Amino acid sequence: MRGDAGFPIRIAFTKQGKVRFISHRDVARAFERAFRIEQLPLAFTLGFSPRPKVSFGLALSVGHESDAEYLDLELAEPVAVEPLAAAISAALPEGIHVFDVVALADRAPALQEAVTLVEWNIEVVPGAAQESGVIDASPEPVAARVAAVLGSDTLVVDRVRKGKTTQEDIRPVIRRITVLGASEQGTLTTVELSTHPTSVRPAELVAVIGQEFCEGRVRRTRQWIERDGERLDPLAADPRIALEARAS
Amino acid sequence: MTSLWPRIEPLLAGVEKPARYIGMERGSRSPHHGPGAVSWLLVYPDTYEIGLPNQGLQILYEILNERPDAAAERSYAPWLDLAAALREHAVPLFSVDTHRPAADFDIVAFNLSAELVYTNLLECLDLAGIPVRGSQRDEDHPVVVAGGHCTFNPEPMTDFVDAFVIGDGEEPVGEMTECIGDWKRAGRPGGRTGMLRALAAVPGVYVPSMYDVEYDGPALRSVTPRFNDVPSVVEKRTVADLAEWPYPKEQLVPLIEVVHDRLNVELFRGCTRGCRFCQAGMITRPVRERPADQVRAMVEAGLARTGYDEVALTSLSSADFSGIDSLVSDLVNDQVGCGNVGVSLPSLRVDAFTVGIASEIQKVRRTGLTFAPEGGSWRLRQVINKLITEEDLYAAVEGAYSQGWRRVKLYFLVGLPTEMDEDTLGIAELARNVVKIGKQHTKQASCTVSVGGFVPKAHTPFQWFGQNGISELRRKITMLRDDLKKTAAQVRWHDPEATFAEGIASRGDRRIGAVIERVWRAGGTFQEWSEHFQLGRWTDAMAAEGLDPDWYVTRHRTEDEVLPWDHIAAGLHRDFLWQDWQSSLAAHGLPDCRWTPCYDCGVCTDYALEHVVAAAVPPAGGSQGTGQDLSNGGAVPVVLSPTRIAAS
Repeated sequence: MRGDAGFPIRIAFTKQGKVRFISHRDVARAFERAFRIEQLPLAFTLGFSPRPKVSFGLALSVGHESDAEYLDLELAEPVAVEPLAAAISAALPEGIHVFDVVALADRAPALQEAVTLVEWNIEVVPGAAQESGVIDASPEPVAARVAAVLGSDTLVVDRVRKGKTTQEDIRPVIRRITVLGASEQGTLTTVELSTHPTSVRPAELVAVIGQEFCEGRVRRTRQWIERDGERLDPLAADPRIALEARAS
Repeated sequence: MTSLWPRIEPLLAGVEKPARYIGMERGSRSPHHGPGAVSWLLVYPDTYEIGLPNQGLQILYEILNERPDAAAERSYAPWLDLAAALREHAVPLFSVDTHRPAADFDIVAFNLSAELVYTNLLECLDLAGIPVRGSQRDEDHPVVVAGGHCTFNPEPMTDFVDAFVIGDGEEPVGEMTECIGDWKRAGRPGGRTGMLRALAAVPGVYVPSMYDVEYDGPALRSVTPRFNDVPSVVEKRTVADLAEWPYPKEQLVPLIEVVHDRLNVELFRGCTRGCRFCQAGMITRPVRERPADQVRAMVEAGLARTGYDEVALTSLSSADFSGIDSLVSDLVNDQVGCGNVGVSLPSLRVDAFTVGIASEIQKVRRTGLTFAPEGGSWRLRQVINKLITEEDLYAAVEGAYSQGWRRVKLYFLVGLPTEMDEDTLGIAELARNVVKIGKQHTKQASCTVSVGGFVPKAHTPFQWFGQNGISELRRKITMLRDDLKKTAAQVRWHDPEATFAEGIASRGDRRIGAVIERVWRAGGTFQEWSEHFQLGRWTDAMAAEGLDPDWYVTRHRTEDEVLPWDHIAAGLHRDFLWQDWQSSLAAHGLPDCRWTPCYDCGVCTDYALEHVVAAAVPPAGGSQGTGQDLSNGGAVPVVLSPTRIAAS
């Protein structure tokens, strides 16, 4: 998709507050409009309905917040990237804030494949009250359940794909769960989840911790590209090398 | 009052499309509510996705917020899931801008664009904690106002709405703001009744509680003002020159996908094609074009501000705009901003000329192509005054398929006056010929035939016509489907039962208010959504009120009958409409008065208005709705019908 003539950039942004209720697709559309408002030199796809060449990272569910979202955009010509963050932010809805923009190497791996590890802040709260009585989602019982999860060798869950139910072991992708303390309605945790070979949604993880719990506020706090045993920030993973440097 | 947001936010995790309720659109306001400002809540009583793009509401939102003495916010009907959650947690209806409770506003104003949303108005009031019936409101409740095309027969909604605005709202909203502001500052003289009486003096404002209604058995005898300072006939308001109203200046850009999700720029208001079934064309006369330079400026500024990549040039018949071809090619060729901006013309005439424009447009993006011949035979099209010849239609689809379109959509009405089965089957014949033309260009050629049941509307020549009943519409649709089986034409149709309910509400009188309330109490909200519509709720409510649905829906009216909307004036003389109805029955067409001599429908003369049209001749191509070949020049040598009416 990326030709050498283009100028790919990677944009890092947040999604916080009321705007967390819009979908991944809506975020994409908001960015496309922002690019037009700022009159960026967009590269377009060919065909009857030319679209700007935008590729998004991992999807974020409606209602979840994030401190660390990424998207890649192909521009038709080189631009100065320093002023872009403020300019694009100004054209976006409140709560979507671009905090950095970097020029990207040609043919950098796509975000969806490259990002392998995600850190979340997940609030564990009581699920719908059952007849058995009040559910206690305070740090102590939650921590005990977390210890059990981390102590198990396998955690097999049912997955429905294309109408078929299959069983998958999600234990290998749960890299870390730390209980941070009490929140207003339950317990705040921070977790690290791999995105390969399978991915786990925050709600699934909470259900694994305890069927009687459900997720409260959820916020993605970091995304990492793991390469050769190293954790790389997506902004730093594939920088564009200046032309003169590349020539040498 | 503080924002309800902290109480709304927890409810949003459990509802579909929570972003319907967060506001935050580009162009939205957080107006200052002070003691000196009259506050308006503008409500579109359908979902956010349908209501947000409404241009009328957005225009008033801007005009009011520009005034130092007013503040305006917006709200939309909450979907069933949130409505239930709001009731369960005792959270009232709120504005999406600052999440203020609806009942905290001075005025709650509804846009009524379609009759089947009526029950949603009651739902919104109830969720707001405002009594649904005007008679049960006191001085502390907001004034409930309604505007939009449906208010040209306001009677079915008079139990619930305190004041209706008839016609263009740009000017009356300011006058109402002053009226209510004065009343508040003067210490609310006369209480709620005093305020409503003052509102009744604002031109174009109809306050139903200031009128007495008398019946004679099932028939309506009279609607008379109770005071002599209340007008016996409420005349519609009309903006004389659209150039003075370049709104919306800051069209709202929603965060979620909505209908008509693009920049919309209004080319002109009004239409004098004279289609007899079309209420919009009748009640919005005369034609008032926006200057082409202003259109260009609004498109350019709008695209730059919104970031949209599509602009629609809107009106009731956009190809009739003077110089439309050069306007479109300018917009397509002088690409602003990032380029690749699509232009769309939502209502196209049926002729080759419009296809020429469409092919210009598709240089950027190919959109669907819809033509609306409305009637299946030339005779029937003369009856409805939609004077499109078969040659017009075939030339249009020939143009479309030859330029690469594979599917065209044709829109028809069934249940039109004088319609015979051969007219209905004429639809199938047209569709088959359209497909045949298409197959000469592409093997994949197909056409969609969309069929709606005709509902006669107030202030049209067909207001006296008895609507086709459910079984008759169903029979015609089935006949058409059978005739088009195994062809490349696909038939889509509108539910005849919903058409029937629309008929009850469209030409109803004040007694229909109780029916609407019963339908709402029985759970009948979102009646435009087929999955929530049940005719039984309507027929049960009619029976409970002792009213005969057929008397309202399928009965032909007589010339001397008092119609429920006779005290509301769209400027059209009643004898013009009756004469046009008689011409219709004789299958006589009537030319477009924009380009031919005036036939004195009454609007321009009564309101001292004129057409505002940049070109004195119609745009080129086709028969221009005259049914004649006009390829030899712009003049329109038409006198199809000697129906000039003597001045009354």
